[in-house]
Amino acid sequence: MAGSIRASATTDGGLWSDARRRLRGNRAAVAAAALIALLLAASLLGPLASPWSLDEVDWSLSPLATPPSLANAHWFGTDANGRDLFVRVWAGTRVSLLVALLATAVSVVIGVAWGATAGYLGGRVDGWMMRFVDVLYALPYMFFVIILTVVFGRSLWLIFLAIGAVGWLTMARIVRGQALALRRREFVAAAEALGLPASRIIFRHIVPNVLGTVVVYATLTIPQVILFESFLSFLGLGVQEPLTSLGRLVAEGALEMEMAPWQLLAPATVLALLLLALNFLGDGLRDALDPRQH
Amino acid sequence: MLGYALRRLLAVVPTFLLIVTAAFFLMRAAPGGPFDEEQTLPPEIAANLEAAYGLDRPVHEQFLRYLGGLARGDLGPSYRMKDFRVAELIGRGLPVTLTIGVAALGLALLAGIPLGLVAGQRRNGWVDHAVMSVALAGIAVPSFVVAPLLALVFGLYLGWLPVGGWESGSLRHLVLPVLTLALPLIAYVARLTRGSVLEVLQSPFIRTARAKGLDPGVVLRRHALRPTLLPVVSFLGPAAAGVLTGSLVVEQVFGLPGVGRYFVQGAVNRDYTLVMGMVIFYAALILLLNLLVDLVYGWLDPRIRHD
Repeated sequence: MAGSIRASATTDGGLWSDARRRLRGNRAAVAAAALIALLLAASLLGPLASPWSLDEVDWSLSPLATPPSLANAHWFGTDANGRDLFVRVWAGTRVSLLVALLATAVSVVIGVAWGATAGYLGGRVDGWMMRFVDVLYALPYMFFVIILTVVFGRSLWLIFLAIGAVGWLTMARIVRGQALALRRREFVAAAEALGLPASRIIFRHIVPNVLGTVVVYATLTIPQVILFESFLSFLGLGVQEPLTSLGRLVAEGALEMEMAPWQLLAPATVLALLLLALNFLGDGLRDALDPRQH
Repeated sequence: MLGYALRRLLAVVPTFLLIVTAAFFLMRAAPGGPFDEEQTLPPEIAANLEAAYGLDRPVHEQFLRYLGGLARGDLGPSYRMKDFRVAELIGRGLPVTLTIGVAALGLALLAGIPLGLVAGQRRNGWVDHAVMSVALAGIAVPSFVVAPLLALVFGLYLGWLPVGGWESGSLRHLVLPVLTLALPLIAYVARLTRGSVLEVLQSPFIRTARAKGLDPGVVLRRHALRPTLLPVVSFLGPAAAGVLTGSLVVEQVFGLPGVGRYFVQGAVNRDYTLVMGMVIFYAALILLLNLLVDLVYGWLDPRIRHD
């Protein structure tokens, strides 16, 4: 640590190593990152560690819904159908994370392309492109996603496409703002003087320079997407059987909470921890990559 | 001020029309007809059904008829809930949704603003850290986790409040739904107020007020409060949108007969007209609220309206 501080004092490190040092100094963000790693590992390895599988009904139980116990290896208990909750919670976490990563990737690609193009071209094109974003902004994302699931059905792929398709708006706005500023810089003028086409300037010169902001905003998008997917699944509009997700498990647990509170508490705790950790990490990254704001 | 109001209104109309158009054609783009779900109907019956709902006409004529109905406040029939018109269902649910929504917004302001002011004034003290940590949790933990947990603790374990139901809006039945909706808003308002008051307290006119030897309480109330509240006012638009989104979950969990519940049912049953009508209704409501917020903002801050 001492070495890297000295290095940065001579303005050696550059943006990314400076950011890494600031991030390491942020205890909340480091703890959040560790927690995320732990949850990720649990979601990948947890189902393997249990003797039960996702759809297996433990007929030896009576009643089928039993509280957590070490003796029968149902560490989080079982759901109303006698299926092991430990396995289901971690499998659900995996689905939630998968949807989050894919949908975020979709929204990053659309948002960056849209924003950088609007910001670089400017003028009337910019006006119309951002007007379009404003119109979509008028309605909460959730309503758009619900329309899309009503129109196109409810497969897993469509859900992440639908979420990604509406999640890019804020990214587009942020990138556009940065691109507007970059457009007036000398290196862009130099590229224009060399006669490079606009598409090449946008993707080779504008986009790499907004990556810091994009990374920050993408980490803040991931918890939002998890929230979206869980919200939809909670309402019965998201992930369908036999797959499960954290939102679905919370919904199922909420139905049984009177008799079997563990069915609600297990997935709700994992979901809350995951969202909190991702938010803390996102905040930490923002502080690390964009120190001007503080 | 009147010119400003008119300009804002003119900006809203095309947005609304675009949303209506997009919703209409998206629903038309849906694969399969609205009636061919469980069993295949004999062709004569299907034709009769289509004729009854005007689906046998060309698309542009359907669209114009829909717009005509919209102008009269008619959002068409529900495909699944036979004998109901969409506007009727909205009319039934609206009082419930409005009651909990307005109560939640009011609570968010009443609790969030003082919390933010206190945290901002004791910057980096333990009060500040406590309020901001709880606020982050309030934002991060979603309503559909909070709602069942509140019902579990206050409804089942402690037995203080009913777990659900409406009972024509009795106060006891309102507490948990309103609290669920308000918690994330309280958190947002507190964070916004804190950030805003910190900035305002550093501005020159506050230094002047202090230099005059005014009591800190007077400086806060008479000088700092109004500019501090500007960001909170502009948050009211997104907050209202958040309340409407949250009401989808809250009405489901607590079994309230509001608009959100019909909307979710419509989406689960793929009731095209119901979903389309309700989205248009939500869009109108949100645009209207945003317009209202813009006007209040312009009234509070004269610089905005002369822009």
